[in-house]
Amino acid sequence: MKTAISIPTEGAMGKTGTWRVFHPVIDLDKCIKCWRCWIFCPDAAISRNEHPVIDYDYCKGCGICSNVCPVNAIEMRREEK
Amino acid sequence: MVSNRGEIMAIKDLPTDEYILKGHAACPGCPATIALRITLKALGKKTILIVPACCSAVIQALHPHTAFNVPTLNIAFEASAAAASGVAAALKMLEKKDVLPVVWAGDGGSYDIGLQALSGALERGTDFIYICYNNQMYSNTGIQRSGATPYGAWTTTTWTGKKERQKELAEIVMAHHIPYVATATIAYPEDLYEKMKKAKEMKGPRYIEILSPCPPGWRFDMSKTVEMSKLAVETGAWVLYEVINGELKFTGYSKRILEGKERKPIEEWLKMQGRFRHLKPEDIEEIKRQLDEKWEHYKKIYGGKE
Repeated sequence: MKTAISIPTEGAMGKTGTWRVFHPVIDLDKCIKCWRCWIFCPDAAISRNEHPVIDYDYCKGCGICSNVCPVNAIEMRREEK
Repeated sequence: MVSNRGEIMAIKDLPTDEYILKGHAACPGCPATIALRITLKALGKKTILIVPACCSAVIQALHPHTAFNVPTLNIAFEASAAAASGVAAALKMLEKKDVLPVVWAGDGGSYDIGLQALSGALERGTDFIYICYNNQMYSNTGIQRSGATPYGAWTTTTWTGKKERQKELAEIVMAHHIPYVATATIAYPEDLYEKMKKAKEMKGPRYIEILSPCPPGWRFDMSKTVEMSKLAVETGAWVLYEVINGELKFTGYSKRILEGKERKPIEEWLKMQGRFRHLKPEDIEEIKRQLDEKWEHYKKIYGGKE
């Protein structure tokens, strides 16, 4: 019997950013780099660089980052069509 | 949170390694993927995940692709712990001592369907970690009641509210005299990370349960996952502890409650969730009574009277 094997791929479910209704915007002047948004992002769409960087190709727009930010530096804005 | 080595841990100290790839199939705001990301940061790449039927089997996305960047074995609902025994035996024969089999199962696959296999694997002393991410219902199949669903909660099979109490799987597991049992939740990533690290350094069967508040199942806004998890601990609905070789220690906020900090009123947690919307005042009284009973029991353990 042949076993079905899947290969690890980024975007295994496609560009999940298209699911989004609201998108997060970071105010870098306010950001204190506590990295709470990074650790709590269910989609691993926020990466650690000089400052948090959001990958809009895959961000599903759940709003957790905005909610856990202690200094309210992340705002959720409605997607424009 | 103080780490094993005595240093203060902060979120910025957690490793940047990522084993969950972007673009997986989880719902927006999914707690299971937050938990799995933190777990795999602690366990590292030398891990074989064993995933029974549960949300995470779907989160991996579609064949021939997967979003999990560690070897993963998908197995039938009831067989995860038995499969882990097989993987552990194979690793022993191959003399791969640094590879760790880890079961990643939901509460349906642990509390109900997989309990027999779990109990068997624990009793045999299989060298593995069993992780149950508990969202208190069968979320994947469309929100049915499980053994972990709390009293009064709505699900599609208990649409007037569950009339029975949930069981305490961690206490059933403790009765197997295994080296490590712990409970955690996603709102405290440092705590979860430390517990995983601690479990990784031990031998024999280890069990960790993670409370994962599910937005579609519990009926709350998807941005409130972390808040809901935090409130569960602060109101006492969820308890954080670890048991090392039979010695129970409370951790984090739960320890502070036992040291005298007031529990937040349980209504704060209940009113945020649509699944408790139908509750009558007498149901809330019953939930409070059960909660007080549970905490009396913990107080006795904490005071060393039991």
